[in-house]
Amino acid sequence: MSNSYEGMVPSVPYLKIDSTGEPYIAGSQCGKCGQIFFGERTICARCADRTSMQAMRLGETGKLYAYTVIHRSFPGVKTPFVAATVELDGGGVLKGTLLEVEPDPAKLAFDMPVRTVFRDSGQKDQDGRPYLNYYFVPAGA
Amino acid sequence: MNDIYVVGIDMIRFGRFPDRTPPQLAAEAALMALDDAGLSITDMQALYCGNLMQASNMVGQRLLREIGQTGIPVVNVANACATGATAFRDGWIAIRAGLYDMVLAVGVEQMGKGLLGGTDRGGFVTEGAIGSDTMPAMFAQIGLEHQRKYGTTFEQFAKVSVKNHHHSTLNPKAMYQVETPLEQVMASEMIAYPNTKLMCSVNVDGAAAAVIASEKAVRRLGLMDRAVRIRTSVMTSNPFAEREFAMPDFNAVTRLASKHAYEAAGIGPDEINLVELHDCFATAELVHYENLGLCGEGEAGRMIDSGETALGGRIPVNVSGGLLSKGHPLGATGIANIYEVATHLRGKAGARQVEGARLGMTHVVGGGPGMGSACAIHILEKV
Repeated sequence: MSNSYEGMVPSVPYLKIDSTGEPYIAGSQCGKCGQIFFGERTICARCADRTSMQAMRLGETGKLYAYTVIHRSFPGVKTPFVAATVELDGGGVLKGTLLEVEPDPAKLAFDMPVRTVFRDSGQKDQDGRPYLNYYFVPAGA
Repeated sequence: MNDIYVVGIDMIRFGRFPDRTPPQLAAEAALMALDDAGLSITDMQALYCGNLMQASNMVGQRLLREIGQTGIPVVNVANACATGATAFRDGWIAIRAGLYDMVLAVGVEQMGKGLLGGTDRGGFVTEGAIGSDTMPAMFAQIGLEHQRKYGTTFEQFAKVSVKNHHHSTLNPKAMYQVETPLEQVMASEMIAYPNTKLMCSVNVDGAAAAVIASEKAVRRLGLMDRAVRIRTSVMTSNPFAEREFAMPDFNAVTRLASKHAYEAAGIGPDEINLVELHDCFATAELVHYENLGLCGEGEAGRMIDSGETALGGRIPVNVSGGLLSKGHPLGATGIANIYEVATHLRGKAGARQVEGARLGMTHVVGGGPGMGSACAIHILEKV
């Protein structure tokens, strides 16, 4: 597992690959108010504390909070797909694309358990390196 | 004696004018508003010009080249879909501060067709890979959050479009003036569930303008017969909300603004006779019923079912046709909403007149994925 993401470039700054080669979603927690954010930050947007923000890894399981099924998107983007907002177990809220479900509201349920997976996005950077991205899938999948 | 008034206000009919420039569209609206007040650009002491797409191109100064370069201070304002309302409010602030007695506020936008945004900045394309950053997607999730809480249905959201498109048939300045039965709204192209194409606002070109005056100036010039009192002007930015980094917030920002607005005006929502609110998507209108206190929590679906917000109902909402059918030229929308409410308070709204209107509210929100949001609310009062 440890070398399977070698040579890949994270799609967004808050997706990191650690020294053992494992990808994770970077988060931050305010030591004063406890708020958890995705991504690295130094000052708390909730309580404005400047001194106590701690880096952390966000959880890789969660629940579907809200979603939409996109049928029309920007030119060149393949549709339909499910855009999801997920509340992660252990704190933090993350947006992403939910895969491995039918893009049909009748097949989607609020609070359905999902997990985060890390996959080749199919996109490459200017040097031809594949972008590693995160996605959500149903927890049982 | 320190009240502030709108003494002239108008908008051009919204539409598509590819052969004209934003300053030209703005000039037309500005002259209409000045004519409505019986005043000239030479009477104006400052100009507040709202425009989003050409925010770095001094649209205000170019507008004055079209109608008269008097050397007055010009402030060019950009604040997403709250741009026009922000320009209007900046004018109000300047009069309130005692700097000026009469100013002109203008909002203008020239837009393409289709989805907003989506500019390829190079690098990783997040659209489709990390959810969606389209505007209909953003407001679709906000609608489904309401469904999650209260069971609001696709049909109830669709009824907003039926209502507002019906209202637009009574408004000669609306882009579209076409009835859309419920089945047609629900069967039109799905853009982002539950928002179909007929549940998305229309990207159009447009301009609106207002002359704002101090009480002293209104009395000196004998304009009270055409004046509409600005009872309250408030604005907020998005206060921290639990999920906003993943899902942009337009609820908390509106709730904070409406709380400030009612407190400042010393009235409650029951006293408002009509509302022009930010129906950029059909889903948005329903959540704002609750955000603005027009009904209790979870009652928005019932409210649209009951017809309370249709013309003739308890509290008509978006009798202009709203952004859904009047059109939504981003920078012009905030002042066009004020035009609509002011027209009713003057008793000049013709076939769509809300009878006996004494107090009206306008509401706009602006923002987008990764941006944050802005909300502006104005409460206007018949003199």
